[in-house]
Amino acid sequence: MGYFKKVLIANRGEIARRIIRTCNKEGIRTVAVYSEADAEAPYVSEATEAVCIGPAQAKKSYLDIEKVIQIAKETHADAIHPGYGFLSENPEFVRRCEEENIVFIGPSAETIHIMGSKLEARTQMQKAGVRVVPGTDKSIESVDEALLIANDLGYPLMLKASAGGGGIGMQLVQNDAELIKVFDATKQQATSFFKDGTVFLEKWISNPRHIEVQIVADTYGNVLHLFERECSVQRRNQKVIEESPSPFLNDTLRKELLDAAIRGVKQIDYTNVGTMEFIFDENQNFYFLEMNTRLQVEHPVTEEITGLDLVELQLKIAAKEKLTITQEEINKTGHAIECRLYAEDPNTFFPSPGVISRLKLPENDVRFDFGIIEGSAVTPFYDPMIGKIIVHGITRDQAIEKMQRVLDEIDVQGVKTNLMLLKQIMKNNQFIRGNYTTQFLAENKIQVLEG
Amino acid sequence: MAEQKTVLSPIPGVFYRKPAPDKDVYVKEGNTVKTGDVLAMVEVMKNFYEIKAETDGVLAQFFVEDEDLLDAGQEIAVIIEQ
Repeated sequence: MGYFKKVLIANRGEIARRIIRTCNKEGIRTVAVYSEADAEAPYVSEATEAVCIGPAQAKKSYLDIEKVIQIAKETHADAIHPGYGFLSENPEFVRRCEEENIVFIGPSAETIHIMGSKLEARTQMQKAGVRVVPGTDKSIESVDEALLIANDLGYPLMLKASAGGGGIGMQLVQNDAELIKVFDATKQQATSFFKDGTVFLEKWISNPRHIEVQIVADTYGNVLHLFERECSVQRRNQKVIEESPSPFLNDTLRKELLDAAIRGVKQIDYTNVGTMEFIFDENQNFYFLEMNTRLQVEHPVTEEITGLDLVELQLKIAAKEKLTITQEEINKTGHAIECRLYAEDPNTFFPSPGVISRLKLPENDVRFDFGIIEGSAVTPFYDPMIGKIIVHGITRDQAIEKMQRVLDEIDVQGVKTNLMLLKQIMKNNQFIRGNYTTQFLAENKIQVLEG
Repeated sequence: MAEQKTVLSPIPGVFYRKPAPDKDVYVKEGNTVKTGDVLAMVEVMKNFYEIKAETDGVLAQFFVEDEDLLDAGQEIAVIIEQ
């Protein structure tokens, strides 16, 4: 056994730089893969070696399983870190790694497969005694069957594709007529997008809060939680701001949530780091939503409050090392907030590719996980998130003050960004009070923009 | 004489002539189009932008192939006005 000598990073941008940083600290060499559009990106020169993986389009480069495997073999990488997105939750990719004797830094193919099916995940969580959103636990085959179930559950309901994700394959229905209208199309869309036409119904929870639990599990059955992250500031189902701890939870409710997350993870024999996502309704009831079987974009807020390096934990668990920390030794200290900087119009959220002509970042008391530097191109081919701004304070109020100051000192030119929106959120009274739901941005649109 | 009107893509990205891989093209060369008809789609950072006809006429020719990479302002087709 022993630690890895060389890790291939099957990703790009800020997360590739983030993974390289920990590998350097641990004395592990790195292989970056890059598309033709990313040849000049900072992470490419920061890796020990770099190999071009194909043309700009992700499906011809970062999503090409066989090319990633081939490069890993040619560069003699012991392990592959998938980052988030791309191939990170693709069980077929994990199987190919296993076949080639390359360690996949993440859970098993089987676990990813189970949690990738929303229906199967619901079943497993109920077995573990974790509440799921009221709904059906089997595939709905016909409109007639759907109508019977719908009238039993009561509207409004969400019609969901079991294999869906990222807001695709979900349809809100308010009555029988709407359900009849969208049923076939949703099933059809699920088949063509996800090659799986399984659909089911869930109660629609209005004004929810989205709170998730970071967990860590080694291959010896040790499971730990690293507390929660509050992720309710969202636009179009995409997170904009995350913080930890959640201002919504009291100690009793927090304990209940963390216990549920651990029970769920133990049920499926999960290994490596992962995130259990829950939604809270207006009466403080929480329900399991889904599990992300990978490192999250917002992992830095957890690192800031616990002092742990999540990428280091991932590497060690994947190398079959035992966790050396216990739950009692993990403390949360202070309060952390992360803002996601997107290259997009702050009003329409439409992406804004271009060249970063100027990037000035303050130096003290703030963490920047950025994929770009001054002079970098923000190409049209990938996610519009260009960086994350993370602060840590003794209290939530102090963290907000720090973030306000840091945002004021940032100067980014060349593309449109949501910087002004972030500044206005940090000064919004509802946000400052910590009393917000996923409807926050939609409800505050005018107020936030006119600030 | 009929006017020719060039169709430009205002944004960079990946060019698509079909709404989905298993669907037909929006418009065939030689088809009649009306103002507002969708001619093609450009994918930019996981968002899709529809390119619409700004005039009535016949779509004479596309200058780019399905899945080509576009620059902002690139000419993608020509419509002969009617």
